[in-house]
Amino acid sequence: MLTLTINGQSRDVDVPEDMPLLWVLRDHLSLVGTKYGCGIAQCGVCTVHVAGKPVRSCQLTVGDVGTRAIVTIEGIGSTPNGAKVQKAWMEAAVPQCGYCQAGQIMSATALLDANPQPDDADIDAAMAGNLCRCGTYIRIRRAIKNAAAKSA
Amino acid sequence: MADTQFAQSDAYLSALIREVRSVPPAGVSLTMGRRTFFKLAGASAAGLVLGFRLGGTAFAAETANVDEPDGKDQAMNAFIRIAPDNTITIYSKCPEIGQGIKTSFGVIIADELDADWNHVVMEQADINPKVYGSQGAGGSTSIPHAWDQLRQAGAGAKAMLVAVAAGQWAVDSSQITARDSVLTHAASGRSATYGSLAVAAAKMPVPDPKSLKLKSRADYRLIGKRYRGVDDPKVVSGQPLFGIDVQLPGMVYATYTKCPAAGGKVRSFNANEIKALHGVLDAFAVDGTGMMVEVMPGVAIIARDTWSAFQAKDKLQVDWDLSEASRDSTSQFSAEARKQAANFPQKPDDNIGDVDKSFANAAKTVEAYYEYPFAAHVPLEPMNTTAHWHDGVMEMWVPTQQPDRGLPIVAKVAGIAPEKVVMHQTRVGGGFGRRLVNDYACEAAAIAKRVKDPVKLQWTREDDFAHDFYRPAGYHQFKGAIDKGGRLDAWQEHFITFTADGKKEASGANLTDNLRYSIKAPNLRRAKTMFPLRIPTGAWRAPGDNAQVFAAQSFMHELSLASGRDHVEFLLDAVNRDVPELVPKDRTVNFSPSRATGVIKMCADKAGWGKTLPKGSGLGLAWCYSHAGHVAQAVELSVDANKRIKIARILVVLDVGPIIDMAGSQAQAQGASTDALSTAMGLKINIENGLIQEQNYNAYPILRMPFAPMTIDPYFIQSDNPPTGMGEPAFPALAPALGNAIFAATGERVRQLPLRDLGYSLAV
Ligand code: FES
Ligand code: FES
Repeated sequence: MLTLTINGQSRDVDVPEDMPLLWVLRDHLSLVGTKYGCGIAQCGVCTVHVAGKPVRSCQLTVGDVGTRAIVTIEGIGSTPNGAKVQKAWMEAAVPQCGYCQAGQIMSATALLDANPQPDDADIDAAMAGNLCRCGTYIRIRRAIKNAAAKSA
Repeated sequence: MADTQFAQSDAYLSALIREVRSVPPAGVSLTMGRRTFFKLAGASAAGLVLGFRLGGTAFAAETANVDEPDGKDQAMNAFIRIAPDNTITIYSKCPEIGQGIKTSFGVIIADELDADWNHVVMEQADINPKVYGSQGAGGSTSIPHAWDQLRQAGAGAKAMLVAVAAGQWAVDSSQITARDSVLTHAASGRSATYGSLAVAAAKMPVPDPKSLKLKSRADYRLIGKRYRGVDDPKVVSGQPLFGIDVQLPGMVYATYTKCPAAGGKVRSFNANEIKALHGVLDAFAVDGTGMMVEVMPGVAIIARDTWSAFQAKDKLQVDWDLSEASRDSTSQFSAEARKQAANFPQKPDDNIGDVDKSFANAAKTVEAYYEYPFAAHVPLEPMNTTAHWHDGVMEMWVPTQQPDRGLPIVAKVAGIAPEKVVMHQTRVGGGFGRRLVNDYACEAAAIAKRVKDPVKLQWTREDDFAHDFYRPAGYHQFKGAIDKGGRLDAWQEHFITFTADGKKEASGANLTDNLRYSIKAPNLRRAKTMFPLRIPTGAWRAPGDNAQVFAAQSFMHELSLASGRDHVEFLLDAVNRDVPELVPKDRTVNFSPSRATGVIKMCADKAGWGKTLPKGSGLGLAWCYSHAGHVAQAVELSVDANKRIKIARILVVLDVGPIIDMAGSQAQAQGASTDALSTAMGLKINIENGLIQEQNYNAYPILRMPFAPMTIDPYFIQSDNPPTGMGEPAFPALAPALGNAIFAATGERVRQLPLRDLGYSLAV
């Protein structure tokens, strides 16, 4: 039995330690907002925060999480930047199919947490790991800038 | 045997593409007039919409059945429920795949209903084509197909509410006005909410759709404004929405492994080893139906969670019978096409005027060879379906573009009557044409019949790359003639493509009618050569057009240069050429030279056509008629010494009639342009000895944020034609506009995709 801290709550799970955090969240904790897209750190749809840093949860085994706090898309709205980013996303009508957007929002929030006023190059660097097959990048960039403007 | 089955699968897909492509001619009511009105019988515990048709003599008896207890939501028809608190629930009948239909359909109904949009709740309808008619999402046809039906549903419900108020107030219904879910009689100062009238209204006779007066454009209150996607609050907070998010009590998880070379069969596999693995509950071989669009042979692994199933899949060893498997090779196709390009076939498909005479008398002739590769769809949500075989019913949750077409096929595969299949629609994490095929739903049904619990079939990303219905490659040898007046005089095209059945083109591999009508040369000759192909092909966003327009409109630019005339002037002349043989006889084709002229002119104007650009910079333009839309695109860019392309801006001008949701339409225009840039720059599927070489996104470089253009400006000419779809038209003209811009900047002609094969890349 492992004990994880997820979105401020303590959760017990009975899974092998080598299971990626992604599948623990989705199949064992009913937190399906974190998505599966590639399984090899290429698409970013599985992005969560571990100890405040954006992490591809398909690459992190649950045994390696330890006591570090996990935040998922389901909990990000409770953080100040997460709430701002979600609001900016809706105002800019960012989503198309929406499948990549949980990961995009987790990466964007981590960017603002580390850098409240990112420029275009900062946005490129922080968001390069998140694919959007629908091509919503223009509105993602705008939404991040709008959210940053509200932080100021 | 095997060949027949390949051909059958392909025939199914080809028919599907034809069906989803056709757009109704203007002014024809598609559904209500003929189908009659219907009501919603109520919602079962499972949230299932049970519908039946109303009409004629059965009408009275059936209305009696649909009475809801007072104080509950009242069903006005299969699309609309009204609650006492004035909340209006609207059912979207078609799949939401990112094209924004769940929002647009709601806006169309709510506008006719004069509903208060702030209190509309959108829900996904379940699958029942008897009630809803077509319930697919493909070919950009959802809007044109449903336009009349949805407006009539809204107007019909409003008429029932008005009839009740007129009776209660003893006034003429013509004196009652509707706005924001409230009816008002101005003269007496009376008003009532829809919610307060719904119980009585639901009992009113359903009006004859022909008696309904629909709004004219000037009366629209909701259509044409900007909307946030109705599911966006759930999307941004990670609520369950997609097929992959479905969870049921006691659910188990499955993978399905097919032969990496299409058509291979299972001889045996290491069953004992697999079944002994941690978390694995069962493993078995499935014979399948042998049809690519249904179930091909493979091995199912059932496990307690996805990870255990994936781990076991990694350890799976299958002895494949490859005797009937594909040995296709794209490098061979490419080499062979180049060799055969010059051998123009004896028997042309199109033959107008006298091409040979035109070539003999021409002021100039131009020849060029174009080629583009196979491509995969790979939407970001991998294929999946949850199925539960219980009580003689196959209950399914399917992220699909064609649930209505999938349902009977699933029934056939499961060996049950279609009435015994209950299909729930989920939000779909991208379609692009991949999910027009319901193969993964059929596999889930076949597996579910052998598992007592609900089971979620989950494809890996590698499965998705290996078992797609690919966009076929194509090879075009062109020869064109310019007459002494500098006009396009002849167009000859040898199209080298693929066949699954040895007779006609494989699905998605035919030269599109769009191009046939819109390349207006007075002397025109086309013929094709077809290579046999075992790998399945299908509809990929803007099928055919997505690559053929690149070849045709790049060559058109070459011809304009040979003519010595301005490209835009040359295009406008060609589009408006009077060639009687090229006037569409098919009434479903709405190609219009004047609409084409409108978008080309506006695009040139907005792009600053003719302006002087610095050395190394270029402006390119192209246009297309695709999926009922008339579109022009322009790209302004610069290219450095290392062939790095910096996009300055992209413009897209569309005439798709009136816009329903401006924000959603802009998103489609930007998204399709981005997808087209991504595909033109980098996407290519290589096949060797029947094996797809690209296995995941690391080998298939979909465009990422640092390379995304900073501006893509969409413009709409909102002509008075019936509205048509936005999912596809903004794709095809981007690649030729890009190639033409590269030529303008560098003098180097792009005749091959993807551009990365020619050494080009995008600058950050
Ligand atoms: S699923 Fe983790 S990066 Fe794609
Ligand atoms: S919105 Fe569809 S993948 Fe990004």
